[in-house]
Amino acid sequence: MDLKWNEFIITGDPLILGAQISILLGSIAVVAALTYFKKWTWLWKEWLTSVDHKKLGIMYILSALLMLFRGGIDGLMIRTQLAKPGMEFLDPQHYNEVFSTHGVIMILFMAMPFLIGLINYIVPLQIGARDVAFPYLNNLSFWTFFVGMALFNISFIIGGSPDAGWTAYTPLATNEFSPGPGQNYYLLAIQIAGIGTLMTGINFFVTILKMRTKGMTLMKMSMFTWTTLITMLIIIFAFPVLTVALALQTFDRLFGSVIFTLQGDGNPMLWVNLFWVWGHPEVYIVILPAFGIFSEIISTFARKQLFAYKAMVVSIVTISVLSFLVWVHHFFTMGNSAEANSFFSITTMAISIPTGVKIFNWLFTMYRGRISFTTPMLWALAFIPNFVIGGVTGVMLAMAAADYQYHNTYFLVSHFHYVLISGTVFACFAGLIYWYPKMFGHKLNEKIGKWAFWIFIIGFNVCFFPQYFLGLDGMPRRISTYTEADGWTGLNFISTIGAFMMGLAFLIFVVNIVYSWRFSPREKTGDAWGLGRNLEWATSSSIPPHYNFAVLPEVTGLDPYWDMKEKGLDQQKNVDYKPIHMPNNAATPIIMSVIMGAAAFGLVFHWYWIGIVGGIGIFITMIARSFDYNDGYYVSVEEIKETEAKANK
Amino acid sequence: MSQQTKKGHFPWKHIIGFLISIALTLVAFATALWTDWSSSTIFIIILIFAVIQAALQLVMFMHMTEGEDGGLISGNTLFGFFIAVVIIVGTYWLMTSGHMHMSM
Amino acid sequence: MAHDHNVNPNAPLEYQSETGRLNITGFWTFLGAEIALFSTLFASYFALQARVGDGPTSNEMFEAGLVMIMTMLLLTSSFTCGIAIHEMRANNKKGVIIWMIITLILGAGFIGYELYEFVHYVHEGVTLSTSAHWSMFFILLGTHGLHVSIGIGWIILLLIQLARRGLTPKTASKVFISSLYWHFLDVVWIFIFTCVYLMGMVN
Repeated sequence: MDLKWNEFIITGDPLILGAQISILLGSIAVVAALTYFKKWTWLWKEWLTSVDHKKLGIMYILSALLMLFRGGIDGLMIRTQLAKPGMEFLDPQHYNEVFSTHGVIMILFMAMPFLIGLINYIVPLQIGARDVAFPYLNNLSFWTFFVGMALFNISFIIGGSPDAGWTAYTPLATNEFSPGPGQNYYLLAIQIAGIGTLMTGINFFVTILKMRTKGMTLMKMSMFTWTTLITMLIIIFAFPVLTVALALQTFDRLFGSVIFTLQGDGNPMLWVNLFWVWGHPEVYIVILPAFGIFSEIISTFARKQLFAYKAMVVSIVTISVLSFLVWVHHFFTMGNSAEANSFFSITTMAISIPTGVKIFNWLFTMYRGRISFTTPMLWALAFIPNFVIGGVTGVMLAMAAADYQYHNTYFLVSHFHYVLISGTVFACFAGLIYWYPKMFGHKLNEKIGKWAFWIFIIGFNVCFFPQYFLGLDGMPRRISTYTEADGWTGLNFISTIGAFMMGLAFLIFVVNIVYSWRFSPREKTGDAWGLGRNLEWATSSSIPPHYNFAVLPEVTGLDPYWDMKEKGLDQQKNVDYKPIHMPNNAATPIIMSVIMGAAAFGLVFHWYWIGIVGGIGIFITMIARSFDYNDGYYVSVEEIKETEAKANK
Repeated sequence: MSQQTKKGHFPWKHIIGFLISIALTLVAFATALWTDWSSSTIFIIILIFAVIQAALQLVMFMHMTEGEDGGLISGNTLFGFFIAVVIIVGTYWLMTSGHMHMSM
Repeated sequence: MAHDHNVNPNAPLEYQSETGRLNITGFWTFLGAEIALFSTLFASYFALQARVGDGPTSNEMFEAGLVMIMTMLLLTSSFTCGIAIHEMRANNKKGVIIWMIITLILGAGFIGYELYEFVHYVHEGVTLSTSAHWSMFFILLGTHGLHVSIGIGWIILLLIQLARRGLTPKTASKVFISSLYWHFLDVVWIFIFTCVYLMGMVN
């Protein structure tokens, strides 16, 4: 590829220059701080090479918050450009790049890692396990995700961002119409991160099925664990489709195949099809854990067992099958046969039934409960009506004939923001606040948290509700500007105000983290809210020790920790400890992932020799791993006694 | 099957599986190349042979159903086949009907 | 991992340790993902099968004899791999190594013929860029071939470990897992043989 060196680093745009300078300064500051406080060894040993699911969970969540910031800035830039007709804040090319990265980052590098982070931290605790089934793989999953994320994010300063939308439809995304490295970044970064997600899927699927503590049968698992299990099942069967789709487009772009191209009798529509064969299950991958989180929170703060647990389980299992049968509703207008559109229209409407069942479950859980209006509960309460708005407009879009009217308008944009924000993002906030004391030993400040909540909720509705009407009024998605004569000015301006309110709420949330770290009282018990129902609250100290449970709990029914508290069994005294077997730290995953990232970076610019050298490097690290017979170590009884004594003080 | 299986115990199961596989391969080959049936008839017949042979490998060579997780593994694999059918049939249907068909 | 002392001496060696059992179940789960991966490749191949553009059709290129040799090589290697596991369960380390080496030789023969086929096509002017049909042909077959090649490398590594460490629950579970992978690749080949080659020669 003819890439001139002066085009390698993106120059000439003040916004990007500002980002470049702040990234450079930020990196220097971090390196300097780590060196000054002599924290490099600590960072390497305690975090980067750790196989502890709790630490990996926190690293996932920190990455996700960073990406929420980046994706949020993209969103604000989009809204700023659209605030008034004829704005010149972003040129059309830059606008295309910004909405493309906004979509990719929010779905793949924010929503997914945020949920996987919460799952990592909480699920092993909820099933009463000491770690996941494959701790080494867990670390590798994180690093492949992280490297994929890093690769995607450097695109806007080195070489240029992808600009074909987050769906990267061909033929727009082929070499002919998207020359340059941007789309290569998209393909390779998501490929690497996707491999990590697949490994997470296998890991947690096996963990939940095989590592549950004594007495915890499938029908005694918490709802969050159930939704995680089904999510992982969907990941296992959906992500390989993405892997193949990305690989095929990569072959088209880098190695001259003609699969999705207009030459050689290729079929661009096959990409659209494959993308959504993965893409629709992906929607359920990011929403099911959210349903699990809301179930936990609602049942906890309503002080009641989840209503109709079995119906809930049946409905999520149904979703696991149906989620693979609805993908065509993303492209009803592509020109499929009437039979095909009808079939997928019906399956799409059918999948709203199990979802509707769940809404009633949550409502009946709260019915006659004594509700505590804590911040996590407020997020959960706000989720229900907002999600219903998103869901109902979804059923409108499910009607193939009507979809010809809504397709590619702001009506659709508003619909998926309503389901993804009020579903996934609310759940991420709610889950993080709810489990925050478990992770960091203190709660987030409730008062500041409520400010953030109200500003976000109001901002969210102010931002997206008007977009339904913009869509009905014919405003297409992905346009970089419009004219006064279109008549969309007022609603767009209101929408932009709402977006900035959400930005403000995020800032307040971050301030709250810092404020609470300084001033919140430290928790003394494992059950921070005093209302905990599942085993994650049954640990001896507020932050679980690295082995989680000194003695593995036994389970006799649903809500096991609530049960223990009622029977007075939650305080274990004078127990007979046994040495605990734990896995060792691992350095190969980070090395392997960094090599993978470097190889992919080479391929982005068609420097094939870097790809080849990197490929060899990956194989060498794999061989090293194959010969590694390290079986972990035992935590001695003395160490357990000491840790437990400290915790029970 | 346990470790105590006596040494040199003849692997009947594998040999039978192998012979059936060869037979199915040859019959499929003959059906495809030496009959003048319509291509859809041939396709259905040899696809059935392929599925039988795949199942044979999974159960007889790969011991899919054994072990404490036999049920789980079999269930997961069957779900995999369900997904395979959905992806392949769905994609083929969509890519060869409607406007796609007319453009070809 | 936290229950490594949980050992069941009556099960076959590869199932004896908790880690071994978890790894085997985990690998089967991974094979589920592989089913989805190959289905997507097959789906794309079928969708583009008729799109040959200016290039030749399958019928003009495929050679029945070559395909039959490749199929027999891989099928037999799957059988010998099964015998290796049979020997492993009889606790015969030497048997495992011998049968696995036979498996690898057959696998290498398969790869050799596949490379010959690809090179032959390229000489005839049929490449990745000829048409959508041939792009998918090379990618589907190439993905399978890459899997087989990785399998050969992987099993060589395991044989070195087996020779050094002998049959233990850990080495046994590793060898067993590699055998699952090998058989699975034969299962995929059955479908390539049927749907790509045989159907390609019918049309």
